[in-house]
Amino acid sequence: MNDATLWSIFINASLINNFVLAYFLGICPFLGVSGKLATATRMGASVTFVMLIASMSTYGIHALLLMINAPYLNLIAYIVVIAATVQIVEMFIKKTSPLLFRTLGIFLPLITTNCAILGLALFQTNRGYNFIQCIVYALGAGAGFTLALVLMVGLREKLELANVPDTFKGTAVTLMLAGILSLVFMGFAGLGS
Amino acid sequence: MSKLITSGSGDTSATDEFIKGLWRENPIFVQVLGMCPTLAVTNSANNALVMGLATAFVLTLSNSIVSLIRHRVPKQVRIATYIMIIATFVTVVDYLIQAISLDMHKALGAFVPLIVVNCLILGRAEAFASKNPMGKSLLDGLGMGLGFTIALLCLGITRELIGNGSIFGWAVFADSYQQWVIMLLPSGGFFTLGLWLIVFNRLKRKTSTITIIKAKAKTNAKTIVKSNATPGTTP
Repeated sequence: MNDATLWSIFINASLINNFVLAYFLGICPFLGVSGKLATATRMGASVTFVMLIASMSTYGIHALLLMINAPYLNLIAYIVVIAATVQIVEMFIKKTSPLLFRTLGIFLPLITTNCAILGLALFQTNRGYNFIQCIVYALGAGAGFTLALVLMVGLREKLELANVPDTFKGTAVTLMLAGILSLVFMGFAGLGS
Repeated sequence: MSKLITSGSGDTSATDEFIKGLWRENPIFVQVLGMCPTLAVTNSANNALVMGLATAFVLTLSNSIVSLIRHRVPKQVRIATYIMIIATFVTVVDYLIQAISLDMHKALGAFVPLIVVNCLILGRAEAFASKNPMGKSLLDGLGMGLGFTIALLCLGITRELIGNGSIFGWAVFADSYQQWVIMLLPSGGFFTLGLWLIVFNRLKRKTSTITIIKAKAKTNAKTIVKSNATPGTTP
C-alpha cells in the first residue's frame, strides 16, 4: 500500500516525473503527432481517456490475479486488457458519437501500442496504489502527456521558421528540443514531495 | 510505420538478412524505432547491454515462432496473437534477469516488461516474420537485435563516459574529472540520441554523395569512351 496524498500523486505524474520527458514513455506519438495543435490536443485527450479506463481495469485484473495466485500472468493479461479496452472504447464512441469518432480518427487504434498506457499500468502495480489513487495517477499522467505534447507543438512551430542546417533536420533537432524541454521540467523537482 | 514496410520479403541471401540490421537498416539510427528503452535505460553501458540482449532474445524467438505459425493464424487476429507471443517471451526474460541479477532487475525496473510495446519487435513480426520462412526470420531477428544492442551500447557508453567518467563501471578519467551529471539525467538521453542521429545523417550524406559522384564518373567515362570510339568526330 502507498500512502501518498492524491495531490502529490497528481503533481508527481504530471510535472515532476512527466511520462514523456522523464520516463520516455510515449515517445512515438510525441515525435509523430506534435506537428499541429489540433491533432496534439485530440491525441492528448484520447490518451488520457484510455489511460483512465485502462488504469481502472488493470487495477481489477491485478487484484484478480493476486487472488488466484498467478502474478506471472500480469504482463500478458495487461496487454490483452489494454488492447480490448481500446477496441471497446472505439466501438462505444463510434456508436454513441460518430462526430467524436471522426475527429479522433486513426489515433484511437494506435493507442494500443503506446507504451505510456502499459507503463502506467506497471507503475501503479509496482507502487501499490489503491483504486482512487490509480484514477488520480492516470489523470495526472494524461495531463502531463498532453502538456508535453502541446508545448512541443509550440516549439516545433517556431522551428519551422528557423534556419536549421541540413544535417540536423528531422528527428535529430526534434530530439534536441525535447532535451531542452526535459531540462525545463527538471525545475519542478522537489515540488510535490 | 511506413518505414517498416521497406524491408519486406525478397530473394536476398541469408547473410544479407543478418547484416542489414547491423548497419544499413539499423533499428535505432536509421529506422528510429523503439525509442522508450533506448532513452530510458542507457544511462550506463551495463544497463544498455542487458537491455539490448534482452530485446534481441525476445526479438529472435518471437520472430521464429511468428514465422512458424504464419500460415495458421487468421488475418484478423494476427496482431493480438503476435502481442501474446511477444508478451510470453518478455515474461520469460523478466524472470530470467531477476534470477541472474536482482540488482540489474531493480536498475531496469519497469522497462523490461515494457519490451512488449517496443514497436521494433511488433514491426519485425508484422513486416518480416509473417512473410518469410523460419530460418530467414531467425537471422533477421538476430541481426536486428544485435543492431539494436550495438546502438544502445553506443548511447550507453557515451552517456556513462561523459556523465560518470567510466565505461562498464571502470574509471577512465582521473579523479579530478568534473562529471557532466546532465548526461545521466533524462535530458542527456535526448541530447545524446540527437547527436548520434546527426553523426549518422552526416555519414549517410557522405556515402550518398560518394555514390552519386561515382555514378557520374562512370557515365562520364562511358561518354568519353564512346566519343573516342566513334571515328571522325575529332576535328
